[in-house]
Amino acid sequence: MTPQNPALPKPKHPPLPASISDWAGLLPFFVFILAFLILPSLSLFAGAFQDPQGNFTLVNLNLFKDEYVLKSYAISLQVSVITSLVGGVFGFFVAYAITIGNAPRWMRNILTTFSGLAANFGGVPLAFAFIATLGRTGFVTAILKSICYADAAGAQVCPFNPYDHGFNLYSLTGLVLTYTYFQFPLMVLTITPALEGLKKDWREASANLGASSWQYWKDVALPILLPSILGAMILLFGSAFGAFATAQALTGGSIYLVTILIGQQIRGDVLNNPNEGYALAFGMVVIMAITITGYTILQRRTARWLKV
Amino acid sequence: MNAKRFNSWAVFWAVLAFLYFFIPMYGTLDFSLRMQKGTLGFLAYQTVLADPRFLASFQYSAIMGVISVTLSVLLFVPTVYWIYLRVPRARPIVEVITILPFIIPTIVFVFGLIRTFGHPPLQLTMTPFKTDILMVAGYIVLSMPYMFRAIDVGMRAIDVHTLTEAAQSLGANWGQILFNVIFPNLRVALLSGALISFALVIGELILGDFLVRPALGPYMVEVGRDRAYEPAALAMMSYALTWVCLGLIQFFSQGNSSRQQLTGR
Repeated sequence: MTPQNPALPKPKHPPLPASISDWAGLLPFFVFILAFLILPSLSLFAGAFQDPQGNFTLVNLNLFKDEYVLKSYAISLQVSVITSLVGGVFGFFVAYAITIGNAPRWMRNILTTFSGLAANFGGVPLAFAFIATLGRTGFVTAILKSICYADAAGAQVCPFNPYDHGFNLYSLTGLVLTYTYFQFPLMVLTITPALEGLKKDWREASANLGASSWQYWKDVALPILLPSILGAMILLFGSAFGAFATAQALTGGSIYLVTILIGQQIRGDVLNNPNEGYALAFGMVVIMAITITGYTILQRRTARWLKV
Repeated sequence: MNAKRFNSWAVFWAVLAFLYFFIPMYGTLDFSLRMQKGTLGFLAYQTVLADPRFLASFQYSAIMGVISVTLSVLLFVPTVYWIYLRVPRARPIVEVITILPFIIPTIVFVFGLIRTFGHPPLQLTMTPFKTDILMVAGYIVLSMPYMFRAIDVGMRAIDVHTLTEAAQSLGANWGQILFNVIFPNLRVALLSGALISFALVIGELILGDFLVRPALGPYMVEVGRDRAYEPAALAMMSYALTWVCLGLIQFFSQGNSSRQQLTGR
């Protein structure tokens, strides 16, 4: 090595090959992660492939033939798909409104701020808010209930009570309505950068070529936005799929989402076999891993044109 | 092209979003004020605030939040600093690790913690104190995606190499570099990471529920089961707390509009 003259500026980022001692600086982090994230996860996954005596087996996977378990996965997937579609489409239009849609400026500011708030307002308090609003005695229910008139025979009729028409907040519909409260703002937050990335030139170019607004959206904007839209929806799917607290507080665990079922398994081994519980949890992680992989791929594709 | 028609289309969706935001918020507020028949009043709030169990669980969760955030900062700042300074090659690996809590649903993660630390040889659930260690570790993991990202963004904005060399040439040791040079330069990033993590810990249900500790989340679920008006008051207070945390982040990070997500669900 040549002796360095302190007066000369050193290259800013010397391409040091990281030595063992450099990696050792990350030891606390890796030890922590190993103990409290990797080890618990691996022990769960290992448990999914063991019998109660600890021998390797695939028998636990028979769990996924169980009607009850399949149903819980079906309900979880259903809720996640519906809320990511509803929240995704709704959120997309709201994001459109506050970016290129030219909604009044004050509306934009408020909506952006509230998207930040609502996307973060989850868990138990969210369930409480919806119970207070749409529950049997909730604010909106009470208003709708009180709209009454006297019919021809002179009897009081109150036709707008949603609970007379099969609506129930403590049901799948209620869950979807509640999840949408954080899903669509999440969509607004994730899709806004992509909408802002749409170039004015493209719109003008297509207008110059005689394209209608509809044609511009169909043939130019939507194909460009599609990876971002799908990517954002996948994110929404994941956030609904792993949700536990809102569903637990809203329905008291009466809707059998996978997360609720896992919760019951932790509390009292409802499957009568702890290893099947691990398999149940393992299945969730597999679905989430597929989801995140899809998201990453779509993100890369989006990044390509956002940089241009 | 009719610009005006487009504008009203945008306004339509904006108004719909407004209604979705405000109706539950207003409904909750209205509901929370109606505990006393016939009049509007703060009885539900008074009842909540007078409940010693509320105060105890709030205090417990707040203390857990402060401990978790402090330890998490002490763990992640040196780690991220070291990655930028010496082992940039580790960054992709660490980045993937830090988003794992997004991929593994919280309930699955807690299930894993209970399986690993629920019985010997690594048992941590025998005494409340040991369980609290496990709780703190769990909170650090759950808030890691936010904390890591906040610190990473902050670290990217400063020239780690130059600052380190300057400090070293003045004779600073590693501790002094970290505490007198790096930390002060990261204060905005740390504050936003800390507030997000704190809000997450305060509202977290699953860890406290399944490790059977007196946290705020399980308390709220119990109130929701047994009471009518108090939950609405709790929801309003939670709105306010989220609001304050986001407002503080906004206030301290004026200019760089990094969008972040607060809580898990």
